[in-house]
Amino acid sequence: MSEMDNRPMLLEVDNLQTHFRTMDGVNRAVDGVSFHVRSGETLAIVGESGCGKSVTAMSILRLIPEPPGKIAGAIRFQGKDLLKASDREMRDIRGNEISMIFQEPMTSLNPVLTNGQQIGETLRLHQGMSAQQAEARAIEMLKLVGIPEPERRVREYPHQLSGGMRQRVMIAIALACNPKLLIADEPTTALDVTIQAQILDLMRDLKTSVGAAIVIITHDLGVVAEVAERVVVMYAGRKVEEARVGDLFRTPRHPYTQGLLGSVPKLGSSLTGETTRLAEIPGLVPSLKQRIPGCVFATRCPKVTELCRAVPPALQEKAPGHIAACHYAEVEGVAAA
Amino acid sequence: MTKRVLEVSDLKKHFPIRGGLLGGTVGYVYAVDGVSFHIDQGETLSLVGESGCGKSTVGKSVLRLFPLTSGQVVLNGKRIDDMSTGTLRPLRRQIQVVFQDPFSSLNPRLRVREILAEPIRNFGLANSEAEIDEKVGQLMDKVRLPRDAVNRWPHEFSGGQRQRICIARALAAEPDIIVCDEAVSALDVSVKAQIVNLLQDLQAELGLAMLFISHDLAIVEHMTHRVAVMYLGQIVEVADRKQLFGAPRHPYTEALLSAVPVPMPGAARERIVLQGDVPSPIKPPPGCRFHTRCPYAFDRCRKEVPRLQDNGAGHQAACHLHDLPAEQNPLLNKAPPTAFRAA
Amino acid sequence: MSASALPPGLPPGVSIPPGLAIAKLPPDILSDVKPRRGIWGFLGRYPAIAIGGSLLFLMIFVAVFAPFLWTKDPTALAPALRTREPSAEFWFGSDMLGRDVYSRVLYGARVSLIVGFAVAFFASLIGLIIGLLSGFNRIADSIIMRVMDGMMSIPPILLAIALMALTRGSVQNVILAITVAEIPRVSRLVRGVVLSLREQPYVEAAVASGTRTWKIIFKHILPNTLAPLTVQATYICAAAMITEAILSFIGAGTPPIIPSWGNIMAEGRALWQVKPYIVFFPAVFLSITVLAVNLLGDGLRDAIDPRLAKRI
Repeated sequence: MSEMDNRPMLLEVDNLQTHFRTMDGVNRAVDGVSFHVRSGETLAIVGESGCGKSVTAMSILRLIPEPPGKIAGAIRFQGKDLLKASDREMRDIRGNEISMIFQEPMTSLNPVLTNGQQIGETLRLHQGMSAQQAEARAIEMLKLVGIPEPERRVREYPHQLSGGMRQRVMIAIALACNPKLLIADEPTTALDVTIQAQILDLMRDLKTSVGAAIVIITHDLGVVAEVAERVVVMYAGRKVEEARVGDLFRTPRHPYTQGLLGSVPKLGSSLTGETTRLAEIPGLVPSLKQRIPGCVFATRCPKVTELCRAVPPALQEKAPGHIAACHYAEVEGVAAA
Repeated sequence: MTKRVLEVSDLKKHFPIRGGLLGGTVGYVYAVDGVSFHIDQGETLSLVGESGCGKSTVGKSVLRLFPLTSGQVVLNGKRIDDMSTGTLRPLRRQIQVVFQDPFSSLNPRLRVREILAEPIRNFGLANSEAEIDEKVGQLMDKVRLPRDAVNRWPHEFSGGQRQRICIARALAAEPDIIVCDEAVSALDVSVKAQIVNLLQDLQAELGLAMLFISHDLAIVEHMTHRVAVMYLGQIVEVADRKQLFGAPRHPYTEALLSAVPVPMPGAARERIVLQGDVPSPIKPPPGCRFHTRCPYAFDRCRKEVPRLQDNGAGHQAACHLHDLPAEQNPLLNKAPPTAFRAA
Repeated sequence: MSASALPPGLPPGVSIPPGLAIAKLPPDILSDVKPRRGIWGFLGRYPAIAIGGSLLFLMIFVAVFAPFLWTKDPTALAPALRTREPSAEFWFGSDMLGRDVYSRVLYGARVSLIVGFAVAFFASLIGLIIGLLSGFNRIADSIIMRVMDGMMSIPPILLAIALMALTRGSVQNVILAITVAEIPRVSRLVRGVVLSLREQPYVEAAVASGTRTWKIIFKHILPNTLAPLTVQATYICAAAMITEAILSFIGAGTPPIIPSWGNIMAEGRALWQVKPYIVFFPAVFLSITVLAVNLLGDGLRDAIDPRLAKRI
């Protein structure tokens, strides 16, 4: 039985579509994706490049240039549809109530502003703090994200910091206004393993101390397993599976998720003498410039039938809190279709 | 008796830092500072470490893409580190490379056929255009790409397909050893598995030796026979895969293994989170280079450089802890960081 | 889900089991209108190329067909018809020697375009050779680049004036002087491109594949420098036209016997306050031509730059 999650709903994305007009047709980067995030929850959106996970994140903050892009559906943040908000309202929300961390800490910081100024900028803009107040808060934030000697670092420039420290500053900027939602797009991908471990530790600590909900976008299943509570798996612009993290890794229901988990070697494999060959998902991601009538994974699926190519499977609750879009995934307690 | 394909001893590569008004040398980046290893036929040796540890510089050094500062590189019994470029050119056939970024690894203005024909022509491996075409076709078969794709341009392929073309180009020279410089790091998870399997199949089929440079420890463990861990331009530990992943004998390796996020939610294990950052290779710390971040560092580590010592079973590590009595050595007598209990 | 939500064209032999959960795919939100392909689609996406290109084409047409565009002999003197206002006979008026300004401006386009194109071509070619050499040879590089630094410390226009002072005024010498003045900039550009291309993995892979240095230069480096060089050439072309006009204006350029926009303006300068049209028309033509070439260059740069071209 699923334990009820009583935390209030924070973000509801409903049938999100983000399409782009390109040279050779319309690219349906995100095509009908729905999910929700509750207050204080950590949701991971996982998928490979081109699956639409980053575009989904950019769409939530309306950072998609229109044209060539176009967003449809609904994105309700605390009940308010962001797609209907004015540009001014969006500016008030970005960096204040919803903030974002990007992959590349080197290029996401302004090289001519001190670390303190970058953190203070959002505070002065959104909360009308004075320069002194902003600097005091910046020092506090740097301390929070574990940067040693914050009083000195606050007056230094980003280039004086290492990559891991810069990502900490990025997180400090993102958290400065006490956002309710933090979107982290591949926050540790550009970092080394030992630094990645530091940042993941920091994110877990901050979750308990700050209490913001986190949407983490990543391709790294290891990162997902370490930080997420719930996972959305995306493939070719659609959501194919969603489950609590333990359920997803223990019993993946969609063949794509199964393939994905099978294609990652596990640390310690040489000791347990596990399989010597990785599971492959054959073939390539389909072009999103043609409408895919059936299941998006049909071209690569080991269980594919004519039915899959013709009829798109609906997202269906296969087990409590575990939904997947596959005609052949068993529903718990019901015999196979 | 297997053949020794590559033997590197005390390799050093110091990049001069130019600066000042007249562009003089103001210092050196000690990218690689005394590295020795060897690879036999059919064997994979992995070089692992974090960015800036010098692992890619080692790869480019053994490929002789730049002159070396000092040390010896012996390829199939011949010293190539001090060879002139002219003498070296025909020997380059024996050692080939696959780089990380499949997008910048192929000249955008050459068709696939021309890309694959280049090494065949350079090393005189075919006598006629028809023979080149046949060889190019066989290479496409080997990397499991359709033969008729040879007339296409690189930009028409996906990242994984491009990486297959890069592998085909490396195979075109009929090498004895391939340097894979982060060859699968930039690829998507499912494509990565395809390329890893392809590399393993090719190695089994052709008896290739491989120098596999990577920061992805799970992939390394899956692929490799032996592993060398690098930190700040030096090898701190070398061992067989099972030894290294089962019982690391250097604190850095231990921390590295424990830091890898594993796709097992709630997996219980002891994590060692290293504090601070890798010091600059321009001014490496004295003594053991890892002492600034080592959780077990003691006085001796700050003064004396540890040497690689064999534990008697071919497992080498450069750490003073092993000179302590075994019961005082914090690296021994505990579960390896790769053993998990699922929650 | 009702059966009506089914996609049309279900293949024969496929039956839908009862109770199957079928997704209702959302309709497309953008019409599937593909942008126009071919030359017209290209020009539509890069209006700068379309406008710049057509203006430049117009100027070339004017220069080539000047004799057939109702012009008179641009050098014919008519002292009786001096300094006439623009009229049906003298479209752009006549100058202080009674020469038809319209005819002189049209013929003047020849000098400007020849100088612009010739300088762009020769400066790019020589700059390419020097840039490749210094990008591939450290010793040559340190010598060449110090010389180039020295040349770049003199403003190109002063360098051109100094060179012109050493020679007789002729179109060839103007081209030579401006070319020499422009070479340092091109060399620096090519050298920079070569140095970054040399670090590209495909060049390193070619070295590892035993490719000889000259072949690496011609097969792997040179073709990839041509795109940025072409863009640079258009800017050089525009700069050369202006430099030519300045040289002619101060009497250090094209000999006065040949009508060039700089010469016409120089001759009209004394009468600027009373007969402004003598200066006005060549100035407008020069501005339009320079603008056209610069627009073309900007458009080409946008078309070539992969970051802008690779929009999602």
